[in-house]
Amino acid sequence: MQVIKYRKIYFTISIILLLGSLFSLIFWGLKLGIDFTGGSLMEINFIEDRLSNQQIQEKISDLNLGQINIQPIGEKGVLLRMKEIDEDTHQEIINKLGNPQEERFESIGPLIGNELKQKAIWAIGLSLLVIILYIAWAFRKVYKPVASWQYGLVAIIALFHDIFITLGFFAFLGYFREIEIGLPFVAAFLTILGYSVNNSIVIFDRVRENLLKTNWNDFKEVVNDSINQSLTRCLNTALTTLFVLLAVFFLGGESIKYFALALIIGIIVGTYSSIFITSSLIVWGKNK
Amino acid sequence: MSIFKRNSEKSGYKRGRRNIYLTILSIFLIGIFAAFLNYPTAWNNGVNWLNNKVGFTVMPHFWERPFKLGLDLQGGTHLVYEADLSNIASEDYMDSMQGVRDVIERRINLFGVAEPVVQINKVGSHYRLIVELAGVKDAHQAIEMIGQTPSLDFREERDKKESEDILIRQQEIIDKMQQGVELTSEEQQILMEDANFIPTTLTGRYLKRAELQFDQQTYQSQVSLEFDSEGSKIFEELTRKNVGKRIAIYLDGSPISAPTVQEAISGGKAQITGNFSLDEAKELVQRLNAGALPVPINLVNQQTIGASLGKISLNKSLEAGILGFLAILLFIIFYYRLPGLIASFSLLIYVVLVLAVFKIIPVTLTLSGIAGFILSIGMAVDANVLIFERFKEEFKSGKSLGGSIDEGFNRAWPAIRDGNISTIITCIILFIFATGLVKGFALTLGIGVLISMFSAIVITKTFFRWFVGRKIEEWKKIWG
Repeated sequence: MQVIKYRKIYFTISIILLLGSLFSLIFWGLKLGIDFTGGSLMEINFIEDRLSNQQIQEKISDLNLGQINIQPIGEKGVLLRMKEIDEDTHQEIINKLGNPQEERFESIGPLIGNELKQKAIWAIGLSLLVIILYIAWAFRKVYKPVASWQYGLVAIIALFHDIFITLGFFAFLGYFREIEIGLPFVAAFLTILGYSVNNSIVIFDRVRENLLKTNWNDFKEVVNDSINQSLTRCLNTALTTLFVLLAVFFLGGESIKYFALALIIGIIVGTYSSIFITSSLIVWGKNK
Repeated sequence: MSIFKRNSEKSGYKRGRRNIYLTILSIFLIGIFAAFLNYPTAWNNGVNWLNNKVGFTVMPHFWERPFKLGLDLQGGTHLVYEADLSNIASEDYMDSMQGVRDVIERRINLFGVAEPVVQINKVGSHYRLIVELAGVKDAHQAIEMIGQTPSLDFREERDKKESEDILIRQQEIIDKMQQGVELTSEEQQILMEDANFIPTTLTGRYLKRAELQFDQQTYQSQVSLEFDSEGSKIFEELTRKNVGKRIAIYLDGSPISAPTVQEAISGGKAQITGNFSLDEAKELVQRLNAGALPVPINLVNQQTIGASLGKISLNKSLEAGILGFLAILLFIIFYYRLPGLIASFSLLIYVVLVLAVFKIIPVTLTLSGIAGFILSIGMAVDANVLIFERFKEEFKSGKSLGGSIDEGFNRAWPAIRDGNISTIITCIILFIFATGLVKGFALTLGIGVLISMFSAIVITKTFFRWFVGRKIEEWKKIWG
């Protein structure tokens, strides 16, 4: 397979995807869940017939709950999202709706939401930093024909590429499907990050090995061979991981469904970038 | 790594073979032990059958240890209270928080929840109390009980005649009840009444502080109380009125001590002497301070999952995990043939081992924890795939089976190591920085990745080496 030769095509595809993500992040933005913004979420199952959204609105309209988002789920279930409420208001809502069975209730104060957000940002920032340092260290012996720090840099570019496109996709989903980014997404994004770095490492590892064996005058050729040698591994690993994630997405229940979706998208994008983008970038870096 | 060292000497061949058998044996023994740990019922049923046959206990039961499930999988409620400490001196913050925790713990124990978690959590200048009640059916009732402000009050003794009267009346009502007669609300009221003591106006509101002290002569531990100025007046009057009688101290409605008043006490200080052990006295001080320091707490965060939803989530994610796992096994067997089959065995042992470790530690399994575990299976497969790809290359280039195995493992190792280390770094950071949900994910993924390295390098490789020098080595096609 000729990857390096057609690298302009792959760069173009990636740039289009990145611009699309940028667009959706700017215009629609990420829809943050109550974990980060504070607010409450209530999942109830009506014992008799389900009330319509309008009936629910009317019944609880005098409680001054501000904007309420009502979403029917399952056969008789409803998911209510609103501002943070206290326990008394919570009980009053249940009363007014005729004592349905409550499956889930979460109410998170804005202060705690903000703390969680801070913590998440810290966790992501710190792991990025440490991973970059680790790659720079792991590739310290490879310095010809490109410097070892360039591998680290390319791995980071690939990683941002993967995460940015996944985020863009979720901004899109948030706008059209009302899917929110909650705390589990932090874990999902960190996993994508790890996966992306892992892929870069596997390919660089091949390049590192081949450079020692062959004449590195033809760097393009060496990189292209390395990709082809790692191709089956990349695809097989992506496939096996996708098997499990797809099973979780389709069978795993509501609460981890979108967690799995984030990973699925991240892994597809990550596999694409590790095969087509990482290597092209390394070659491009050498020509500079 | 020394395990990659190639053992090409002819003399070492026999010893190498014996080592392989020993390693395989120990892998299987560990695997079987872990499997019984995960599912002790299988062992215990067998043992029961055997014991019944023989007539006496031949073999003991296996250690039964349940998986620890998180709130999202077994249902329950997670509450966060913020304490308002604005009226407390800052050096007493921790003391009053401990007091609040103890009171709430006692309230929860009354509620009858298995293994409740009550933790003090300090974030910046915020002091919080985290309460986790697993499997609680009525979260609302639990919240109401926790929310009550701790109550401490003093009661004076009734005179003998009065308490006897009440006791007699109560006995009558109990007799009536036993005959199945419906009680009037008035009768129920009487039944609830305390026959020995009547409440007074002196409550924990007037208590300034309680302290642990020791008697100068006997070194007996005692508890000293100090009232504020208003409380001192009430206390003085109360003791004057009740010289020679008992005054009972009630906490949350139940008596903790009933000392006899020796003389009227002015100055608002009192000692509770009794046959306390040091620990009891300490606990009492903490309780009294808790009752005396009405730190208002405010529910700021609530997450409640119904038991049925938890069960559905658990079953669904288990189903998804098993199905995904089977798909992986089929895929690698189909694609890599015999090596794939070998890897399937080592992956099975891997899963059993990880689950056993989850049980032993124990790791609280949540939905995100299960997701982390499922992902670690992916990492374990990746290690095997990396090795097989390298192995195939070597084997196709005409190397012997043993040589290709060693070469394949050697060449795949740097990539496996670097990839796994970066994942473990992420897990450690997440575990330290993140809370609840994400923490569970980091823990299971981290444990999984650690064990996966062992599974790929030791288990898969040992199984592989077993085939070296056997007839099947010649059958090139089966090796992929």
